[in-house]
Amino acid sequence: MLTEMAIFIFLALVVVASAMAMLLSRNAVYAALFLAMNFVTVALLYLILGAPFIALVQVTVYAGSIMVLFLFVIMMLGAERLPGGEPLRGQRVLAILLGCVLLVEMGLIFALRSGLLQIQMPAVVFSEPVDLGELLFTRYQLLFLVTSVILLAATVGAILLTRGDKVSLRDLLQRKE
Amino acid sequence: MNATLVIEWVVKSLVIILVLTGGFAYTTLYERKVLARMQVRRGPNRAGPLGILQPVADGIKLIFKEELTPHNADKFIFTVAPVITVVPALVITAVVPWGREISLFGRTFTLYLSNVNVAVLYILSVTSISVYGITLAGWSSNNKYATLGGVRATAQMISYELALGCAYIGPILIVGSMSLVDIVEAQAGVWFIFLQPVAFLVYFLASLAEVNRAPFDMPEAEQELTAGYHTEYSGMKFALFFMAEYIKMIAVAMIGVSLFLGGYLGPGIDRFPILGPVYLFIKVAVWLFVIIWVRATLPRIRYDRLMALGWKVMFPLALLSVMITALVLLFVES
Amino acid sequence: MLSDWLYVGIFLVIATFLPFVAITLAGILGPKKPNRLKSTIYECGIETVGETWVQFRAQYYIFALVFVVFDVETVLLYPWAVAYNQLGLFAVAEAVLFVLILFAALVYAWRKGALRWF
Repeated sequence: MLTEMAIFIFLALVVVASAMAMLLSRNAVYAALFLAMNFVTVALLYLILGAPFIALVQVTVYAGSIMVLFLFVIMMLGAERLPGGEPLRGQRVLAILLGCVLLVEMGLIFALRSGLLQIQMPAVVFSEPVDLGELLFTRYQLLFLVTSVILLAATVGAILLTRGDKVSLRDLLQRKE
Repeated sequence: MNATLVIEWVVKSLVIILVLTGGFAYTTLYERKVLARMQVRRGPNRAGPLGILQPVADGIKLIFKEELTPHNADKFIFTVAPVITVVPALVITAVVPWGREISLFGRTFTLYLSNVNVAVLYILSVTSISVYGITLAGWSSNNKYATLGGVRATAQMISYELALGCAYIGPILIVGSMSLVDIVEAQAGVWFIFLQPVAFLVYFLASLAEVNRAPFDMPEAEQELTAGYHTEYSGMKFALFFMAEYIKMIAVAMIGVSLFLGGYLGPGIDRFPILGPVYLFIKVAVWLFVIIWVRATLPRIRYDRLMALGWKVMFPLALLSVMITALVLLFVES
Repeated sequence: MLSDWLYVGIFLVIATFLPFVAITLAGILGPKKPNRLKSTIYECGIETVGETWVQFRAQYYIFALVFVVFDVETVLLYPWAVAYNQLGLFAVAEAVLFVLILFAALVYAWRKGALRWF
């Protein structure tokens, strides 16, 4: 129990530190890397909670594909070096203020509803992928199908937004001929 | 959890890493010899009998080379990139079983490092992490060709990852487990290459693209990209990229053998469990031979065709194979 | 179960150790005689012109975007494949529908030319 707690505290510190480093780094590629580190550490937290499937999905989808997308965006825009200073005046002061408000809110919730601190591990653990699959296709089958529709909508939206009515290189070449 | 158990696993890890690095050294020699024979040459034959000391000589040479770092490179990422390319290549083999149990010194050892119940997904996620090293190496070199090579490699690897991910599903459907030990044991009767020929073909081709081997070695196409993402690397750091590529080849062969070719199974395995690693070794050697043969035979594919092949042929084919497998299983059961 | 992951962890630590040792060893043993010419970038052999970190083609980004969608799909098929023997006919039909909807997405991307390199 004690070792688990120690591992948890260490991982939690890494999660928070990498999130802070991601916000503070001046180079966008470093920021993306810190975010990837954050995702992987969160996956390790899932792992010690006994949910290896979710942990690996977190690594595959977030660290493996969404972060690659971010890296491509950064490289595509040539935006590695972020400009110093504040784009919006007074932004920093406001951000610190709002951050403090959020912190106080969270503290209040933890203090007032102390039931949150006594969360027990669920009696049924869905660490076996078989159980997870059965659950996904019995109780949550409708949500599963909704996911596919959302993914379809995401594809259509992404292509419409990025492609637009731009001419492709092939069209240009054909026009020249 | 006691100390002897931890020591056992440290020793196992060390053995696997030593076998993989030794395997890397001799795969380079194997490749040079096979390529030479296919081109009616002799290949390296000066260092030791039949050239078997050649990898040792290469290793010593690379250790004593001066390492250069371009002055306008991103120094930190430039140094770390080789490390984060090698580590996933090694770590991916943690879930591949080498054999059953053997008794030695009055104790029983399992001949695998770890039998996790999500092994196949673990392989997929480590693969998806392994694109970072190459992208970052290209980007941090501050070299246009290297950057382009790195980005190309990433786009290629993620495109073929989909086909690869779908090719894994066929064996999982048949066995009903993601553990590689279960998948290998389920092939005691018939190897999955006969039940899943399409998935096997997709896996073989997609894995070539995944480890950037010919004919999919676009990221290091020397005619257009100098040497791709490792143009600026020299000495040990270059050797690490080289090592990662060959260890990935071995890992891909080990995973493919376990999924489709019966892994460590073979005649007499029930009576002599020690034969398990031997069978695995033979099958991996054959798989590597085919990879080298493909390199000697096929020219490189143009980049747009490569992407089209991944998205428009391999991925739909793999999905179709999964659906057909599911339907056939349904009919067999009822 | 968790102990199996511990073994993977041990392996990861030792595997990380290897490249670090290799780089350090080469750093100690290798010669170090830097000069200005050696630290210039090689690029392709002639002197380099212009900035390296410039804008890239948008096509890479579109591929990555479509990839994210289908990566989620592939990962969601894994629990289905594992539990397939326990599931009934209905779940099979559901998975077929799921794949068909996403196949429509692939066809859409294909028709719109998002999968075309140029």
